Amino acid sequence: MSDTATETEGGERGPVTHLATPIRLEYNFTAGIAQSRYLRGLAEGKFIGQRCPVCHKVYVPARGSCPTDGVATTDEVVLSNSGTVTTYCIVNVPFAGQTIEIPYICAQVLLDGANLSFMGLIQEIPTDEVRMGMRVEAVWVPDDELGPTLASVKYFRPNGEPDADYETYKEYL
Amino acid sequence: MSPPTPRQGHRPVAVVSFAQADNLRREGARNEVEMLLPVIGEVFANVGITKDDVGFICSGSTDYLVGGPFSFVTALDAVGVWPPRSESHVEMDAAWALYEAWVRLQEDDIDAALVYGFGKSSLGNLGEIFALQLDPYVMAPLWPDPVSLAALQARALLDSGRTTEQELAEIAARNRRRALTNPNAQVAGEFDVAELLAEDYVVSPLRRHTLPPITDGACAIVLAVGGRAYELAERPAWITGIDHRVETHAIGARDLTHSPSTRKAGEIAGALDGGIDIAELHAPFASQEVVVRDALSLGDNVDVNPSGGVLAANPIMSAGLARIGEAASRILDGTAGRALAHATSGPLLQQNLVAVLERG
Amino acid sequence: MAERCAVIGVGQTHHKSRRDDVSIAGLVREAAQRALADAGVTWSDIDAVVLGKAPDMFEGVMMPELYLAPALGAVGKPIFRVHTAGSVGGSTALVAAHLITAGIHRRVLTVAFEKQSDSDAMWALSVPQPFSAPLLAGAGGYFAPHIRAYMRRSGAPRDTGMLVAVKDRLQALKNPYAHLHIPDISLQMVEESVMLWDPLHYLEACPSSDGAAAMVLGTEAAAAEAQAATGKRPAWVQGMAMRSEPTMFAGRDQVNPQAGRDCAKDVYAQAGIENPREDLDCAEVYVPFSWYEPMWLENLGFCAEGDGWKLTQEGATALDGGDIPWNCSGGVLSSNPIGASGMLRFLEVALQVRGEAGEHQVDGVRRALGQAYGGGSQFFAMWVLGTEKP
Repeated sequence: MSDTATETEGGERGPVTHLATPIRLEYNFTAGIAQSRYLRGLAEGKFIGQRCPVCHKVYVPARGSCPTDGVATTDEVVLSNSGTVTTYCIVNVPFAGQTIEIPYICAQVLLDGANLSFMGLIQEIPTDEVRMGMRVEAVWVPDDELGPTLASVKYFRPNGEPDADYETYKEYL
Repeated sequence: MSPPTPRQGHRPVAVVSFAQADNLRREGARNEVEMLLPVIGEVFANVGITKDDVGFICSGSTDYLVGGPFSFVTALDAVGVWPPRSESHVEMDAAWALYEAWVRLQEDDIDAALVYGFGKSSLGNLGEIFALQLDPYVMAPLWPDPVSLAALQARALLDSGRTTEQELAEIAARNRRRALTNPNAQVAGEFDVAELLAEDYVVSPLRRHTLPPITDGACAIVLAVGGRAYELAERPAWITGIDHRVETHAIGARDLTHSPSTRKAGEIAGALDGGIDIAELHAPFASQEVVVRDALSLGDNVDVNPSGGVLAANPIMSAGLARIGEAASRILDGTAGRALAHATSGPLLQQNLVAVLERG
Repeated sequence: MAERCAVIGVGQTHHKSRRDDVSIAGLVREAAQRALADAGVTWSDIDAVVLGKAPDMFEGVMMPELYLAPALGAVGKPIFRVHTAGSVGGSTALVAAHLITAGIHRRVLTVAFEKQSDSDAMWALSVPQPFSAPLLAGAGGYFAPHIRAYMRRSGAPRDTGMLVAVKDRLQALKNPYAHLHIPDISLQMVEESVMLWDPLHYLEACPSSDGAAAMVLGTEAAAAEAQAATGKRPAWVQGMAMRSEPTMFAGRDQVNPQAGRDCAKDVYAQAGIENPREDLDCAEVYVPFSWYEPMWLENLGFCAEGDGWKLTQEGATALDGGDIPWNCSGGVLSSNPIGASGMLRFLEVALQVRGEAGEHQVDGVRRALGQAYGGGSQFFAMWVLGTEKP
């Protein structure tokens, strides 16, 4: 904790304008049952989603409930390693805790078989060549480094397939 | 059957359903959404309705329990707000979410509302987290923990001669004995007062038994208006009065042995008119039960905390709403005619809400 | 409605990147005292206080209504704290208005604030969470992909966002409270600013501000007293609504969210508005990133879907010469004390309806729309104010 008081020309102490209170709090997060399944799937090198028993949509990562029906999702679905970039932006802003060199592509990736896109990093392509509809695949860390963590997926990269037609993913925008 | 005339508002509003999660020291595997999901399901199933039957939804929670911003946003997934709903959130105990819903129900475009609150107290260090609730310039930098603050209040109360350490032990023992009949309670049992008094102080003059447990929990209530309430429940618990008041934040400027905000809210809600059968008080420390009880002039004829109160389970952010739910349950099951519920927020009972519930 | 509700006093601070001269309490009092003076009332005339702000982590103060209760004259009264993400300033005003329309109180003070310089908002939004990838880089990273989707869907010319960025900054020059005053703002300047979240340039994004907003809301009787005391006419609440939808679900339209469309439909029905572009005289809409003007023009029904950019391109939304001026105050693009940004939209339309907006006043405003949104474009709050009682 420190404070700064501005010294005026006459030597008078001015008002205190800053008071630094460092705050550090530690938490034990709960992944939850559904997200734990997803994380364990990542440790096995696969994407595990869940299907809503009411609307039959497949959510990945599953969060344990269908956000529109408000019921538990239970049926597990193993999804493809490939998907479509529905939309994206190119991040060129530095921020605290950033681990990726800017500029980088932050994309919404719709895995084949899923009904919800999620955010993913796109690499192995110049930023000005990325496109909506681009087909991509997940690149995983080596098997011995796989773990129940998002870090198991290094990034997504183009998988060489032709771009998906806009009509096939426009409802996911 | 007709609702009693409310003291405030012009549309009679009742609690028709209450559900709560098991109060646990550590919920473990389930996250907040998974903890809430069965509670929301049960509160609707109790009265045979769905999310499509409520015109307003309001919740209470705080980001600092979970350690990330917008924690209430994902919690909405436990309800399924689709098609889009009229929905709001308070960063307060969910008892205040109920207040917002009660206000909203005064307008005649809707006739039922869902209220819920949730929080997992086991994720972080409450002693540090609650220091951040204090004045950020002159109090928070000193990191006072809530138990030490409560000890200041308890000391003032003991010195005033209005209670004794013996009475504080008796309050703790009574609450936890009552909790034996509450299947959702976390701490319940028969405790020997002499043994309790033999415990060491945690922070003098507070011993461990005078402190609330650390609890993960959630609860939900369905409110309904007039005839709709009678369609949903045989004996709706009518909210005939509800009010909340705040005191200054400056602890040194308050008489910590009294709770004028509780008394004023109680006056407005009609809690001081007598005839109260049971009261559920949100008094996390045994010493605070003395203060709240006095503020509401609750005599020995009033059954205080039949659920065991927050000394039996203290799910932060839903504990106040649970008091309303527990009080309403005694009307819904026909065992009480007039019940009082109290909720608190802030350090040392700074802010208080009082509701009076009555049978029709 | 048991009672009609009117805005009878408004106040705001000067919005700046740092308000080192005041504490958080000083900041909210500055806005609150201006609102009380504007209504011709004192602290003792207020029955209850409703406070709103965005995440507590922005200042590092948990549930700050407790600490602020004495500064806001709330001791012995009810104080209430709302948090609905970015829409909070709007929903806070609505919670306060319902206390009037429900017949609970006569006069309610509603206040919203953010003192972002007290902490690091970017950090607070990007707290490392073990189960989400650290890719976002602030709100811009979240919204930019949806903007790209809008561009693809509508075929809007790429300079549309830049036009909004220039227009709102020009309008801010007429608002003494606005944070950003950039007299030489131009398309070229926007285009040459750093591309932060492609397709969004730096100057197409909102600033980060310290600031507060406050309003006194009252019953019909309170409105009459205020008018007699101050000579200023009340702005009547003709309609109000809020709507929420989940953040993520299959088939969610993130460009034109249904919650926004439903909320607008509800508020228009209450106010008797059939054609918003014709029936409203101006609007203050939460546009934190330039492209949200054309997107919300469509979402709010000011034009057909896909045509929002045309209104922007035609200058329809400009204070200077437009038929439906948007964000005459300079909007969120010019001042962004997050928790207060929504309330500023609600407050600015009160100024317009009361004829008190000064240099950025639109001539002859009879009805105006205030809108706020938050979360992942999922929480909406709106009101329509008018010169006539509902």
